[in-house]
Amino acid sequence: MKSAVVVFPGINRERDMARALKLMSGREPAMVWHADHELPAGTDVVVIPGGFSYGDYLRCGAIAARAPIMDAVRRFAQNGGLVLAICNGFQIACEAGLLPGVLMRNAQLRFICRDVYLRVERSDTPFTRGYNAGQVIRVPIAHGEGNYIADGETVARLEGEGRVLFRYSSPDGIVDPNWNHNGAMNAIAGIINERGNVLGMMPHPENHVEAVMGRTDGRGLFAGLVDHFKLAA
Amino acid sequence: MKSNEPVITSELIAEHGLKPDEYARIEKLIGRRPTFTELGIFSAMWNEHCSYKSSKVHLRTLPTKAPWVIQGPGENAGVIDIGDGQAIVFKMESHNHPSYIEPYQGAATGVGGILRDVFTMGARPIACLNALSFGDPKHPKTRGLVGGVVAGIGGYGNSFGVPTVGGEVRFHRRYDGNCLVNAMAVGLADADKIFYSAASGVGMPIVYLGSKTGRDGIHGASMASAVFGADTEDKRPTVQVGDPFSEKLLLEACLEIMAKGCVIAIQDMGAAGLTCSAVEMGAKGDLGVTLDLDKVPCRETGMSAYEMMLSESQERMLMVLKPEKEKEAEAIFRKWGLDFAIVGETTPSKRFIVRHGGDVMADLPIKELGDEAPVYDRPHVESPKHPVIDAASITPPMAIADALERLIGSPDLCSRRWVWEQYDHVILGNTVQRPGGDAAVLRIEAGPKGLALTSDVTPRYCEADPFEGGQQAVAEAWRNLSAVGARPLALTDNLNFGNPERPEIMGQLVGCIRGIGEAARALDFPIVSGNVSLYNETNGRAILPTPTIGGVGLLNDFQKSMTLAFKGEGEAILVVGDATGWLGQSLYLRDICGREAGAPPPLDLAAEKRNGDFIRGLIADELVTAAHDIADGGLLVALAEMAIASGIGAVLEAPSRLAAHAFWFGEDQGRYVITAKDANIVAQHAKAAGVPLTRLGATGGKVLAFGTERPITVALLKERHEGWLPAYMAGAAPGLASGAAAAGSGAAG
Repeated sequence: MKSAVVVFPGINRERDMARALKLMSGREPAMVWHADHELPAGTDVVVIPGGFSYGDYLRCGAIAARAPIMDAVRRFAQNGGLVLAICNGFQIACEAGLLPGVLMRNAQLRFICRDVYLRVERSDTPFTRGYNAGQVIRVPIAHGEGNYIADGETVARLEGEGRVLFRYSSPDGIVDPNWNHNGAMNAIAGIINERGNVLGMMPHPENHVEAVMGRTDGRGLFAGLVDHFKLAA
Repeated sequence: MKSNEPVITSELIAEHGLKPDEYARIEKLIGRRPTFTELGIFSAMWNEHCSYKSSKVHLRTLPTKAPWVIQGPGENAGVIDIGDGQAIVFKMESHNHPSYIEPYQGAATGVGGILRDVFTMGARPIACLNALSFGDPKHPKTRGLVGGVVAGIGGYGNSFGVPTVGGEVRFHRRYDGNCLVNAMAVGLADADKIFYSAASGVGMPIVYLGSKTGRDGIHGASMASAVFGADTEDKRPTVQVGDPFSEKLLLEACLEIMAKGCVIAIQDMGAAGLTCSAVEMGAKGDLGVTLDLDKVPCRETGMSAYEMMLSESQERMLMVLKPEKEKEAEAIFRKWGLDFAIVGETTPSKRFIVRHGGDVMADLPIKELGDEAPVYDRPHVESPKHPVIDAASITPPMAIADALERLIGSPDLCSRRWVWEQYDHVILGNTVQRPGGDAAVLRIEAGPKGLALTSDVTPRYCEADPFEGGQQAVAEAWRNLSAVGARPLALTDNLNFGNPERPEIMGQLVGCIRGIGEAARALDFPIVSGNVSLYNETNGRAILPTPTIGGVGLLNDFQKSMTLAFKGEGEAILVVGDATGWLGQSLYLRDICGREAGAPPPLDLAAEKRNGDFIRGLIADELVTAAHDIADGGLLVALAEMAIASGIGAVLEAPSRLAAHAFWFGEDQGRYVITAKDANIVAQHAKAAGVPLTRLGATGGKVLAFGTERPITVALLKERHEGWLPAYMAGAAPGLASGAAAAGSGAAG
């Protein structure tokens, strides 16, 4: 699996992501600078990592969505390429029109860093094939603006088309306001686009791929992607 | 010299915080009346914050050397060798005065400043810690300060992209008028690629890097060298505004030019900005410096030389560049969208010359500005000794179980989760032990080595006996590192005190430094960096003496780091170290009996070393399953913390030798609680090492049961422990709204 990690100024989880990709795919990802216009030839997966692109001084992700490299990312997605957008990446993907909706300030108006439980809603996508549907995984969140909101019609479509892949839940997989850490609509933690090739999620599976961090629940996502390309080859 | 600057009057001199004799010294030094710009430069270099004029003679007594120390105090940060060609660069620094005036920006720029100190030396920051002291929770300003400071620390560190992994928070009415924000940063570098601030070579270009210069923070260092009065709120313009985004770019750009071999010397622009950085680089290298202010990138037009020289705008660096690397270095800074301007050069003259608009605005002897600032051996009196309190004279006002329930949910002992959940503590993917333990533990790059980090001080002990308190702060840091299995290597000290011109305050400073030195020598735990913050005083009332110690230790294998949570049922609970039931200055005495009294617990440094070495040995030999030092609140609070962290209870035997309240809540030093699967082997080791070991009971169940006292469920203890801080911060009281609103720009991580 050949991956490319897009680096905007102010992105700060690109090293975490590169380490996870290397560990799980055996290949160093290409680091692509925001001012570039092309992705490396033969890229299988584009990753937009977490951080504070351009300081998040406008709306989160709004400036990055207009960076030169994003035209290439949009073309890549239009051609069916897989895009994994995490945290600030999710915000950027929403601002870039790759995904519907928007990430608002957390309901408590504070930044939150903690391990959360996610219920994996489907296992029949390239992003979640490493998990079972209904499985609960534990990964960290670290964000101030992860409160997913979209208009009623959009959310109804997301739900109707099974495009919610991850939902905040209890350790037993129960969706409950007490376990919805940022107040997201329908406890949405991660969604895919209509075509199913762009995933945006707030939590950080890349931080739970090694035992050093206490859990390895994030491995399934990367292992699934690697398998997807192995089968495709 | 330019003539349209203000005339130097005695009022103007006083406004610059210079005493008449200090001004006389300036005139004598330069043989004439200084210009306005020169007066500003002197006030910036000779204030307490930059010159250490009151503390220098005492700081010189501290032990700073060990075979593993690469760089001790005097540089931007201390550097220690951790083997395999790797070095750890670290320092702690205060941002107390600005944080009280403007909590969000004050705390944020405190974090930014200490991060720059670390990456200036060529290290990539890998962790931050912070030690915070606030006023009485009932004081109307406290809640807003807590909210603003925590949001500011998070806002900067989270965006910059460094995990904030540990620290401490305390409340006491003596911080009502002066909160303390001490920030520590830790970085990793190649031991043979450390960058220093001393310039070398004549005619070398001096380059300005980073963000533009504005009118913020003018006289910040002088403000931080004065006591507060009624006009504190008016000092807001002296607080700088942080931009973590620019700092992240500056980090990447600096590490890139360092890797490309462009740098001769580099210094961050912190306190007193351009003045301090230029003077230090020249003075340390025995060179003169000429600056051309027309070349300085400015945020606004019409800035005077005085303003440019004293601005404390953030995210700026000054570098002496290898001339042949100019194009390469500039291209790197342009790529990161940062300013890069040659603003001066080194000269053989040992003069500090500042030009602006065709005029010479300052022409001063550089060594005298930097190295020959006034040094004072201020009068000091020893703090009066407090009597030793006999535990038998204290009548317990409530049952042991009730006291535990109250203490575990008290402001000083309750969980700090509300604070550290606002800090990204998992970024970089190396956090082995997250906040909440005795020390944070990080994996060093690919491992197997691990780094342990802690920050400690017990100000009420320091107030009652500065010498014992100074010793205790060092010993507790050493103990916390030992409790996770790390070998303590070195420390950084952040000395926070009141007005040193008062002999009793100076006595506290002198006593604490003596204690720190004594313990550091005995424990082979040298001081490699530090910071002094004086004048933490409002309307004549000083803070508690607070010499914060930041400790760094090394684990050969991070996977062997020990945690404090009970691990299983039926394991033996053992106490390492001797107890006398010392209640003087204990939290039990203060928070349960309502008395802040008595002598603090004394230190026995030989026993401290012996017990700590013993614990580390047990952990390395995998003979213990949990370890926790006994500190604030005593033995029962330590046990409750171990139970809460695991959800496992314990059955504990009643004490026989000591009164129950003294046994459970006494704060005797040098002690640890451990659990073991095989208590006999531990006992054999203890006997061989001459270490006192007491068997206390066994883990198990869901209840903490001790002697004939009322048992308490672990669930209830946890509820009490986790409850206070979120409830307090949710209280509808003045100040909260501004703290929450200040968190505005924090987004994703």
